[in-house]
Amino acid sequence: MIDAATVDKWLTRMSDELRADLGPGAIPELGMVGIYTGGVRIAEQLHARLQLQLPLGTLDISFYRDDFSRIGLHPQVKTSSIPFDVEGRTIALVDDVLYSGRTTRAALNTLFDYGRPARVILCVLVEREGHELPIRADIKGQTLALSVDQRVKLNADDLGLTIRETEPRV
Amino acid sequence: MNRVAGELSDLQVDAQGNLRHLLTIEGLSREHVVRILDVAESFLGVNDKSIKKVPLLRGKTVVNLFFEPSTRTRTTFELAAKRLSADVLNVNISASATTKGESLLDTLRNLQAMQCDMFIVRHSDSGAPHFIARHVEADVAVVNAGDGWHAHPTQALLDVFTIRRHCADFTQLRVAIVGDVQHSRVARSQIHALNVLGAAEIRVIAPRTLLPDSIEDMGVRVYEDIHTGLKDVDVIIMLRLQHERMLGALLPSEAEYFSTFGLTPERLAKAKPDALVMHPGPTNRGVEIESSVADGPRSLILEQVTNGIAVRMAVMSLIAGPARPPEPA
Repeated sequence: MIDAATVDKWLTRMSDELRADLGPGAIPELGMVGIYTGGVRIAEQLHARLQLQLPLGTLDISFYRDDFSRIGLHPQVKTSSIPFDVEGRTIALVDDVLYSGRTTRAALNTLFDYGRPARVILCVLVEREGHELPIRADIKGQTLALSVDQRVKLNADDLGLTIRETEPRV
Repeated sequence: MNRVAGELSDLQVDAQGNLRHLLTIEGLSREHVVRILDVAESFLGVNDKSIKKVPLLRGKTVVNLFFEPSTRTRTTFELAAKRLSADVLNVNISASATTKGESLLDTLRNLQAMQCDMFIVRHSDSGAPHFIARHVEADVAVVNAGDGWHAHPTQALLDVFTIRRHCADFTQLRVAIVGDVQHSRVARSQIHALNVLGAAEIRVIAPRTLLPDSIEDMGVRVYEDIHTGLKDVDVIIMLRLQHERMLGALLPSEAEYFSTFGLTPERLAKAKPDALVMHPGPTNRGVEIESSVADGPRSLILEQVTNGIAVRMAVMSLIAGPARPPEPA
C-alpha cells in the first residue's frame, strides 16, 4: 500500500521537474495527454498543478494494442480526444504505471496519427522493472521493484496505490 | 425466441457469449447491442485524427461479397474496413449467374483458399449469409449486409446508434416506421433493434398491402393513416419505396403513394416539435419524402451515413478477434 499523501508528494515533485525541464516559457504551449484510465487521473493532477492553459487530452489505446489478435477488443473502450493541435507541439504523455512499455508504444502510435509532435515527454507515476521495449520514463514519481506476480494499481477512491499478488502467469 | 431464431443465435454468438458473426439482430442481447454502439462511439473519434485509420485489422483481408447491387452499403463497409487497416477485396457477382447452394459454396471455397478473414455478404436470398457462416472455417467471420427481405443488421444498428446520439433513453421513445415494411429487411432489423433497446412504442405506418400479415407479433402498432400514426412520435424512419414493387400491383401509383404516405412538412408537424427524421437511403424525393423535409433541419439522413462507417468498424473489430476455443467439458 502506498497512501494518497505519498502519491501527492510524488505528483508535486513531478510537476516541479517538468517545469524545470521545459523552462517557464514553455508551460503555456505544453499539451498534456493522459492515457485511459489511470493515466488520465494522474494527468488531471499534473495539469492542475502546472496550471496548464490548453485543455487536457485523453487517449484510449484499445485500437492500437498489439495483443488484439490474441485477446480481441478490450472490454472498456473509451473515446480519445485531443482538443489542441499536436503538430509541432511539445506533449507530456502521462500514464500511471510504466511496465512492459507496450501501452506507451501504442499511445505513441495513437498520438502520431493526430500529428507530428516536436517532442514527447513520458511522465509516469510508477516505473516498474520488467520493460519489454526500449521505452523509459522521462519524469517519474517512483521506481518500484516488484515481482512478476505482483500488480500495482491506483485505488478507485483516492490516488493511493495498492500492490496485489496475482496468479502467476503460465 | 422461436426455433429458427435460436439456431441463428447459436451461429452468431459463441458459448462464451462473444459475437462470432453478425447475421441478424434476433437473438442478440441488450449487452451485445450496447457494446457495439459504445465501440462505435469510440470509432467516431477516429474522424478527429489527421490520419483517419487505426491498425486493428492490419494483415486481415475483408471480402465484400455482393450478389446484389449496392452503392452506399458496399462503400461504407469498404471505407470502414480500410480505416481499420484491412485489405479489401470487392467481389460483385450477379445472383442470376449462380445456381443457389452449390455454386455459392464453390465461390466461398475459392475465396477461402485465398486466405480471407471476413466476408461481408449481400444476397437477394434470405438466409444466404447464414449458409455461408455455417460453411466457413472457424476463424472466418461473416457479416450480413442485407439478405432478401430478412435482415440488414448493420443498417438497424447505425439507425439506433444515430437515435441514441440524440436521445439517450430508449424507454421514453416513440418511433414510427413509415413505408414498405413487407419488402424491407431494414424495417425488420430496426424493429428487433428497437425492441432489444426497450423502445417505449414502435409504430408502423403503411397500407395493408405493404405490411406482412403477422407484423403485430413483432410488438408494433399498425397505423394505416399517417396523420394519426405520426402523432407525438419522437423519431420518424421513412423506408424507401422500391420502384419494382409497383409492378406487383401493390400500389396504384407513386403519386398516389406520396399523397397518402409521403412525409411532408404538414405531416411532420403532427410529430413532436423536435422529432428526428431518418431514411436508410437512397431517398426517392417526391415519392416517400418531400425534398424540404429530407434536407430540413430535423433530417439526420447524412449523419446516418457518417455513423454507418463507425458502426461497421465496431462490428468488424468485435467479430475479428481470435476464434475462441470451446469451453472445456
